[in-house]
Amino acid sequence: MAEERRPKQCTVVLPTESMKAMAESIGVGQLQEESCAALSEEVSYRIKEIAQDALKFMHHGKRRKLTTSDIDHALKLKNVEPLYGFQSQEFIPFRFASGGGRELHFYEEKEVDLSDIINTPLPRVPLDVSLKAHWLSIEGVQPAIPENPPPAPKEQQKAESTEPLKVVKPGQEEEGSIQKGQGAISAEAKGKKEGLMRMKPRSTHELSVEQQLYYKEITEACVGSCEAKRAEALQSIATDPGLYQMLPRFSTFISEGVRVNVVQNNLALLIYLMRMVKALMDNPTLYLEKYLHELIPAVVTCIVSKQLCLRPDVDNHWALRDFAARLMAQSCKTFSTTTNNIQSRITKTFTKSWLDEKTQWTTRYGCIAGLSELGPDVIKTLILPRLTVEGARIKAVSEGPVVSNIDKIGADHVQSLLLKHCASVIAKTRPLPDNMEQYRADYGYLGPTLCSHVVKARAQAALQAQQVNRTTLTITQPRPTLTVSQSGIGGSGGSRSPSIIKVPSSLTLMSTRPGTPTQPSPPATKYIVMATSAGASSTQQVITLSSSSGSSVTSTVASATSTLQPLVKLESRGAGGLGGSRPLQKYIVVSLPTSASSSLESKSGMLPPSSSSTSPISLEAGMKMDRSDSPGASTQSPH
Amino acid sequence: MAAVQDGQLNMEVEKDIKTEITNDGSGNINANSSSPGSTSSGGKSKSPAGSGEDQQTLLAVLQFLKRNKLTESVDILRREAGLSADADDSPVSDSAGAGSGGVPNVSADGGDANSLLSRVSIATPVAPPATAPPKVVAASGGEDQPDVNVVLSAYSQQGDPVLYPLYYNGLKKFIESVLDCHRAELSQVFYPLFVHMYLELVYNNHENEAKQFFEKFSGDQECYYEEDLRILSSMSKKEHMKGNETMLDFRTSKFVLRISRDSYQLLKRHLQERQNNQIWNIIQEHLYIDIFDGMPRSKSQIDAMSGSLAGEGKRDANKAKVFYGLLKEPEIEVPLDDEDEEAENEEGKPKKKKPKKDSMGSKSKKQDPNAPQQTRIPLPELKDSDKLDKIMNMKEATKKIRLGPDNLPSICFYSFLNAYQGLTAVDFTDDSSLIAGGFADSTVRVWSVTPKKLRRVKSAADLSNIDKESDDVLERIMDEKTASESKILYGHSGPVYGISFSPDRNYLLSSSEDGTVRLWSLQTFTCLVGYKGHNYPVWDTQFSPYGYYFISGGHDRVARLWATDHYQPLRMFAGHLADITCTLFHPNSNYVATGSADRTIRLWDVLTGNCVRILTGHKGPIHSLAFSPNGKFMASGATDGRVLLWDVGHGLMVGELKGHTDTIYALKFSRDGEILASGSMDNTVKLWDTLKAFDDVELDDFTAATGHIHLPENSQELLLGTYMTKSTPVIHLHFTRRNLLLAAGAYNP
Repeated sequence: MAEERRPKQCTVVLPTESMKAMAESIGVGQLQEESCAALSEEVSYRIKEIAQDALKFMHHGKRRKLTTSDIDHALKLKNVEPLYGFQSQEFIPFRFASGGGRELHFYEEKEVDLSDIINTPLPRVPLDVSLKAHWLSIEGVQPAIPENPPPAPKEQQKAESTEPLKVVKPGQEEEGSIQKGQGAISAEAKGKKEGLMRMKPRSTHELSVEQQLYYKEITEACVGSCEAKRAEALQSIATDPGLYQMLPRFSTFISEGVRVNVVQNNLALLIYLMRMVKALMDNPTLYLEKYLHELIPAVVTCIVSKQLCLRPDVDNHWALRDFAARLMAQSCKTFSTTTNNIQSRITKTFTKSWLDEKTQWTTRYGCIAGLSELGPDVIKTLILPRLTVEGARIKAVSEGPVVSNIDKIGADHVQSLLLKHCASVIAKTRPLPDNMEQYRADYGYLGPTLCSHVVKARAQAALQAQQVNRTTLTITQPRPTLTVSQSGIGGSGGSRSPSIIKVPSSLTLMSTRPGTPTQPSPPATKYIVMATSAGASSTQQVITLSSSSGSSVTSTVASATSTLQPLVKLESRGAGGLGGSRPLQKYIVVSLPTSASSSLESKSGMLPPSSSSTSPISLEAGMKMDRSDSPGASTQSPH
Repeated sequence: MAAVQDGQLNMEVEKDIKTEITNDGSGNINANSSSPGSTSSGGKSKSPAGSGEDQQTLLAVLQFLKRNKLTESVDILRREAGLSADADDSPVSDSAGAGSGGVPNVSADGGDANSLLSRVSIATPVAPPATAPPKVVAASGGEDQPDVNVVLSAYSQQGDPVLYPLYYNGLKKFIESVLDCHRAELSQVFYPLFVHMYLELVYNNHENEAKQFFEKFSGDQECYYEEDLRILSSMSKKEHMKGNETMLDFRTSKFVLRISRDSYQLLKRHLQERQNNQIWNIIQEHLYIDIFDGMPRSKSQIDAMSGSLAGEGKRDANKAKVFYGLLKEPEIEVPLDDEDEEAENEEGKPKKKKPKKDSMGSKSKKQDPNAPQQTRIPLPELKDSDKLDKIMNMKEATKKIRLGPDNLPSICFYSFLNAYQGLTAVDFTDDSSLIAGGFADSTVRVWSVTPKKLRRVKSAADLSNIDKESDDVLERIMDEKTASESKILYGHSGPVYGISFSPDRNYLLSSSEDGTVRLWSLQTFTCLVGYKGHNYPVWDTQFSPYGYYFISGGHDRVARLWATDHYQPLRMFAGHLADITCTLFHPNSNYVATGSADRTIRLWDVLTGNCVRILTGHKGPIHSLAFSPNGKFMASGATDGRVLLWDVGHGLMVGELKGHTDTIYALKFSRDGEILASGSMDNTVKLWDTLKAFDDVELDDFTAATGHIHLPENSQELLLGTYMTKSTPVIHLHFTRRNLLLAAGAYNP
């Protein structure tokens, strides 16, 4: 009759030391040991009593968490004055400190400066309660909509892939049409069925008609020409919970797509495919591990392939490499385990081809980008030691006899890439002072430029340290941090087709199929916001927006690994380009096409608008890229 | 009937509880007579035997002692009685000896004692109210502490604290050695015995022994008593016992055990052989053993029924007849000129019952034999608007989907967003046009879920300008400017825990932590009445299905029945041993069900105020109740995650639905009673096949008579579907008139 002994904490009593401490705090010294013991027992009992009553309030409040107000009500029940001023929605952390043989737990109370409170802007008013209806079940079947939990949780997907024999697919039971509702397999039900059917499911990837239709629509939208549709499709991939059954198809679609388009040098499509990968990785309900063998080669291809576009001298394939490198780094972070060793395998691959003398500049760029995205540690151990060698190579190209334009561009890019990534790492690790000559000695040809970059980076870091460490400019779906809208475009934008803007650190890439002439598609406008730090290539962002009439801002700028990324807020106002920036950083707001009267106001700070310009890209010397049909623009990393 | 009555009515029920072995009053007397020293040691302690009762009981006791040749005790008692009531310092320190000396004889010739005790018990009700048995005091109390010392004094008899574990162990060994068929039954004794022995030890200041005793044996107790054990364990001092509710519950109410005659004989014989007075004493005083003839029950049967704070319900407590049938619907002529062609089909039958009643009422116009008299309790007359509503209802009912295992309802989920963990109660109107939510910030919010917006009635000044003769006067009185999708009602000063719409959608009730129940008008969106009576948080309130009456229950353990036009309650239902956590009207409005934290459900007769059913079997506080539309069955859900099904007429448990993993806050039968929906804190809605559940139970005469039902283990077969929400606990469920299931809860990201 007796069940297993449960842990007994019933006899827990407060230590007598606490009594003493409390007595001292109200000025009673020298409390006798006996009275302490008596007190502590009494206090413990009362506390337990109050806790029990507070639990009642929690239950009736239909919550799982006990709140301070529950305790207050329990005290009120006992006719005790509640503790005022302990309203907290959050867990109150206790700090621990020890020293001098004493251990203390305390609640950290900061001194608050009233003027700070008065001067800070009011927080946002919390949203009011609202009511939203959705279908939890339609005639016994739970629809796979975002409001409902994913039909198959990630754990189950994992279990399915690792132990396929143990799981019987929902919906395959002969009996119980009800249990076909994919949500309907309770743990017990599964347990029960386990005994009955221990066989591998006949066909794992059978798609329903609706799913096939969805798959078709999504894939078409993803590689199609309509940017608005694509944004919608990508958002669907990134958020919809019920995609796991289609995952193998998506995976194959991507890997095949990359294979074909690399051969055909179809840059735009490669970009679209990479964005799909990104969206898949963003979806929290998918268990991607099973498909990495298809996805990773595709991504790596986009990083290191010799040629990704038809005209390597004009097209901005560098951005694709950057983007893919970032994807690679993200997947290393997420999926690398001791068994699959993704990170080390990837690192090895990159290093090997980088070290190869015959490697082309494009591949070289990709390798370096891939490596540097893996983090400062990798930069420090793998890239820094090779700066001298690389510098010499760059010197040979840029100062030597003119070989070919392509090589020169490549070398330029590699140089700026190295400077960008290494500067921040050096700024963190290398002790002061920054001596130009010393740098030359250590890093060769790139030394002096590097030095100035490092100085800049240090200044930036100091500036940033004062603020909250905002490391990312992550503008995912509708997000209040970035609001760009455009006015007055409705009439003029009809014939324009989307164009590509790519900048080395841009993550949002948009373009139409190259070679496709003007297509009737919703006007999309892009803004490039670059923060230049007086010659140093420190930060830059591209905010690419397709602001077709009423469509929401869909601009995904992935978490940037660069440490110095200011938060940019853009807002459109009447007319006239306007860009404000702080003295150190310059935001260049480029609005395309120039015909459209659009405006941006950078609100990154309360600083007066200065040194802002609405400049055509050509002023920024460097890599230029034009789409065949559109007033394309590209920017070059500043110097 | 509408007259305001006192709640004393049902106290008589409590008093009625006379036992064949012993009763409370006599228990106390025994204790006092055998150990006057420790009674007086309480100082202020008021002897339960008041002056009026004194003479009679003393005489009886003396006689009893004499017959048992306890001359020493007789002498002491005489001396005391002779000295006078206030002289109480006679130094009888050998109370332990006296205690153990006096009691075994009670058991030795039980027959004799019984006859004598019965005389005492006759005397008890005669006694003036002040000396009523403490049980009644406690039951009616709740407001304030009953005289704790009176209650506690029964523990004053003292055995050697060291022997307690031995006694307990001895009994344990014995029970483990008896035949299997008896073991399960006798094991029931462990828990109450354990509790009382522990309390005795604590009361007599044997703190360490008590702790050891607890450590040693608390592990043997059934897991469903864990909650109580935790409370018990925190009590380690005599002072703690004062004012502790759980303690009072144990002391003031007898723990009811149901044991077959054979098993009982076995136990009795053993205890007599071993001269195990201490245990026998406790059994006599604190337990009520309901002896039945027949086969001993199995472990599973016992487990199904036990778990409540005070043991099982007594068999005779559930014997009263309950009119569970439905009232006859008033005949309403459906106007034939209606525009709705669908309804046309139905017009063939001139009279159509309310959909709820389809299963029952469509049989005939005759009165259901199980239904109460139409006028058993006065019900409000139907207004024209009510009739219109009924007609609407019938029309809707014709479009109703017939549900079944192959035809599951669609579920529409209403999520409360941005509620910040503050949503505490939800209710839908019967026609599903309005949703009300109670919040922890003391507000009540009402939403319209139809395109029709909520409008306020115009102010008095504006109203006077309206042409009262016009046809659309009802439309004209509304103030268009106030139209909005939701309205907020301010008035409470604490979290709102219960909420209920009136059937005519004109009123809304809310009960709150501040101890009041408020009636709101949904015409003016103002508070009309604040019903004060509960001094402590009111956990739940519910309108009668016919309106006018409503029930409320809360922390003070008393459920109150109110009428909207009386500011004082019409009935007070006292008897629960812990907070009343949920309340519900029977569909015929003649009965009220209350669920409590003492893990019992009670059914009260609105007319007489009597408790007509005590249903035990839950292992945790009950948080939801639902009656089947035909009034015959009831479902209840508790914190233990189980749903129990009850036959109201027989007072029997007829089913157990396992599957939820957390508190069940919502239960609802479909309009035809074929499906039961349950919503829980574990973020799921589950659907159960109740038709099958009720069919599976075979009720023969024997089970009906003894209540020893054998429950089939078929939760899995009855489960029709489980629907996970996205981190949204389900706190209310409602079937629309067309059998669409609505669910509501707050999204907790």
